[in-house]
Amino acid sequence: MPGQMTSLTPDVSHLKSGEVNLGTSIMACVFPGGVVIGADSRTTTGAYIANRVTDKLTYLHERVYCCRSGSAADTQAIADVAHAQLQLYAMQHSERPSVHIAATMLEGLCYSNKDRLSAGLIVAGWDPLEGGSVYNIPLGGGLFKGPWAIGGSGSTYIYGYCDATYREDWSKEETVDFVRNGEIGGEMGMGWMTSYLLPSLLALALAMSRDGSSGGTIRMAIITEDGVERIFVPGDQLPKFWEKA
Amino acid sequence: MGGFDFSNDLRNNSLAAKNLHLPNATSTGTTIVGCLYDGGIVLGADTRATAGPIVADKNCEKIHYISDNIRCCGAGTAADTEFSTALISSNMTLHALSTGRKPMVVTAMTMLKQMLFQHQGQIGAALVLGGIDDTGAHLFTIHPHGSTDKLPYVTMGSGSLAAMAVFESFWQPKMTRQAAIDLVCEAIEAGIWNDLGSGSNVDVCVIEKTGTEMLRNYKTPNEKVLKERNYKWRRGVTAFTKEEVRKFVVKEEVVTVQGAAGVMEVDA
Repeated sequence: MPGQMTSLTPDVSHLKSGEVNLGTSIMACVFPGGVVIGADSRTTTGAYIANRVTDKLTYLHERVYCCRSGSAADTQAIADVAHAQLQLYAMQHSERPSVHIAATMLEGLCYSNKDRLSAGLIVAGWDPLEGGSVYNIPLGGGLFKGPWAIGGSGSTYIYGYCDATYREDWSKEETVDFVRNGEIGGEMGMGWMTSYLLPSLLALALAMSRDGSSGGTIRMAIITEDGVERIFVPGDQLPKFWEKA
Repeated sequence: MGGFDFSNDLRNNSLAAKNLHLPNATSTGTTIVGCLYDGGIVLGADTRATAGPIVADKNCEKIHYISDNIRCCGAGTAADTEFSTALISSNMTLHALSTGRKPMVVTAMTMLKQMLFQHQGQIGAALVLGGIDDTGAHLFTIHPHGSTDKLPYVTMGSGSLAAMAVFESFWQPKMTRQAAIDLVCEAIEAGIWNDLGSGSNVDVCVIEKTGTEMLRNYKTPNEKVLKERNYKWRRGVTAFTKEEVRKFVVKEEVVTVQGAAGVMEVDA
């Protein structure tokens, strides 16, 4: 609009009163062969937790998921539209959409409606062209590809941790073996943790312990060529840090 | 100009800033709950409707019909819940006829959430939707802005925190029908006693594969108590010195009109 100052930071940041908020800590990380995505499970309306076991890892297509943060209503509506559009794409092209296609689709929705939406998304998945890829779509509707991404109100607390810890050379072998053997979901021993899963899990747990709008349980998913493996970490089994309690 | 016109909303907001507020719509205040058990779903609701601090209706019905196998409890603005559920119920019938299939709970949920999202929260309907279809028993909660959650037990309305405290303490998976009904009753009563926006009676609705049973006023813990004394003055207590009776019906004439057509004929 004429007369308004153009700014790199959009004015869209606040939920309307009474709107349900996915406070949130979400993250995604690429490894050779796929991606690991994760999220907390808390949805709040003001100070009340409307849903303490939310699933914020939303199916968009067979090997493409998105992590949702911001307004619950806005992100659910966006994901539903993208889900439908991607189904249409698959039918028209007789092939699965790549992660890049899904990401640009969501970017289109978020950018063109930026003044009406409060949505921070991370799109992640696997396709035969690129392997695993992660795209961050923060509030303004920009698209940022990278090896890892974090988002939501809890992410601010773990930027330092993630920057310091991320390594490109985490082994593929250990990751895939442990996933394939299905040790995840059995005993939560430290054995299965020597993979891309552990840093992601710790990052989320750190964010959840400091951010009031994040909490509950941790949900993760590993997306590879072979499929999507879901992991659930209940609240009492979350990693603990320096605090004894 | 496409899309919606929110200029009235802008006007209302600027008037409110000058201390000229909209009148209070009748709100259901409300405690509504839903609970999944071994054989299906139990829905519960209180029966108080408020207009600000006044109780507008002491025994209103908050469990709305969507289809034979699906019901929806409504909290928030009474008119909005009533009309939203009625519209979706109508559309569900049309949808079932069009697809030739029995209606599914997710269909009703999607219709409701898409309508509420489209109206950006202006429709103040907070709903608990439950039902059984060929895919199983499902329970959803739908917020006014259009977000939904799928859970085994849910509460909404001003009494939701009181009711949720009961559920979080006592809900278990795979309860029996009567245990679920009792739990739902306890949850609604927690709202009735502890929330000023909820009160009067408990309505319960049990949805099973074999059918739906609506238990209207399942519990009535707020019936008006019989007064201990009779406070009416008996006849003769007030003395009078003069009695005068006046008849006001001066003349009454009955005229028969010829047939139905004759009454309505305007051209003749």
